[in-house]
Amino acid sequence: MQVLYGRHHVRVFRFGLRLVRDEQVAEDLISEVFLDVWRQAGKFEGRSAVSTWLLAITRFKALSALRRRKDVELDDEAANAIEDTSDDPEVAVQKKDTGEALRKCLTALSPEHREIVDLVYYHEKSVEEVAEIVGIPENTVKTRLFYARKKLAELLKAAGVERGWP
Amino acid sequence: MMAMSKKILEQEPSEIEMLLPWHAAGTLNARDARRVDEALARDPELAKQYAAIREEYAETIDLNESLGAPSARAMQKLFAAIDAEPARNPSASLNISARIVEFFAKLSPRTLAWSASLGALALLLQAGVIGAVLVKNQAASYQTASLSTNEPVTRDLAAGAPPRALVRFAPDARVADITALLDSYQASILDSGKGGMFRLQFGNKAMSKDEIAGLMSKLQNEKIVSLAVATP
Repeated sequence: MQVLYGRHHVRVFRFGLRLVRDEQVAEDLISEVFLDVWRQAGKFEGRSAVSTWLLAITRFKALSALRRRKDVELDDEAANAIEDTSDDPEVAVQKKDTGEALRKCLTALSPEHREIVDLVYYHEKSVEEVAEIVGIPENTVKTRLFYARKKLAELLKAAGVERGWP
Repeated sequence: MMAMSKKILEQEPSEIEMLLPWHAAGTLNARDARRVDEALARDPELAKQYAAIREEYAETIDLNESLGAPSARAMQKLFAAIDAEPARNPSASLNISARIVEFFAKLSPRTLAWSASLGALALLLQAGVIGAVLVKNQAASYQTASLSTNEPVTRDLAAGAPPRALVRFAPDARVADITALLDSYQASILDSGKGGMFRLQFGNKAMSKDEIAGLMSKLQNEKIVSLAVATP
């Protein structure tokens, strides 16, 4: 368990944090996730990578935690909790820092879009693995990421960033 | 420009266009990666979009990396919770399962792919060496030098020891299948990971040569076993 924890806890934490947007809740989340893994080790069938299994459990736990907090709809308020350290996208653009504006816009995506962007880009999950983690068909995975990127482009455009697409 | 952007936004994305993010992350299979590469080479608009995707990819990683790591509190809480769990008697198969899961968990997909290639090469070499050794020393015995009777006194080194084998599992073998196979053969892993080979021990009792040959033959016919060679 220590090996498993040591190898995966940071990514599990970051995935959870991006979903719940609260460090304390995210830390509680990883304890719950690995405790579940400890309890259900015998049920792991090895059909997928361990990290995929862990991220699927993390997602389920994060959504449960969000439901418990009953503030999913107050997403903007929650976002403020971890976004205070950087400038608004517009200000970032004034500083000619497109990267910072992009990061800012990435945090402004909806939870549904955030998770799919993170799973594909950061956790390097394939279409099939994302489908398994999120529990949606593979074609929906592809279209959801496309529309997440489109939303990101809209946010960037509103912030004055032109990247040549769309 | 606005009109063009609007037109693009209103269009249904093509299959290739939707695969671009996975291409940037390097998680497409070889066939799709080739299709995307070909499309990128002939479509400048797609290439422009791909450049934007690579930027998103880099910034997403940057953003996630900036989130830091959990405090030690999370780990303390976890292991306190585990300590508070009712005592369990994990079965032998669970231990084996955990060992295999941990072994594979240590490897990234790319490492696994390389291991499989290297393993295939090592497999051929090992099979040749093991085969030659087995043929040459089939009796697996030694002869004492101090006695002068006409018949040499020999002792079977393998006597009393349970049979062992080097086994390589098929690349697409699932952990659950391997665990089930180990259970059904009452086998345990003695050593693992060298060139993708596992050294297994079967049961706790010695077997005759015929029994071992039968066991190897049965094992070799298992769908998830690529190679099974008896070892001393």
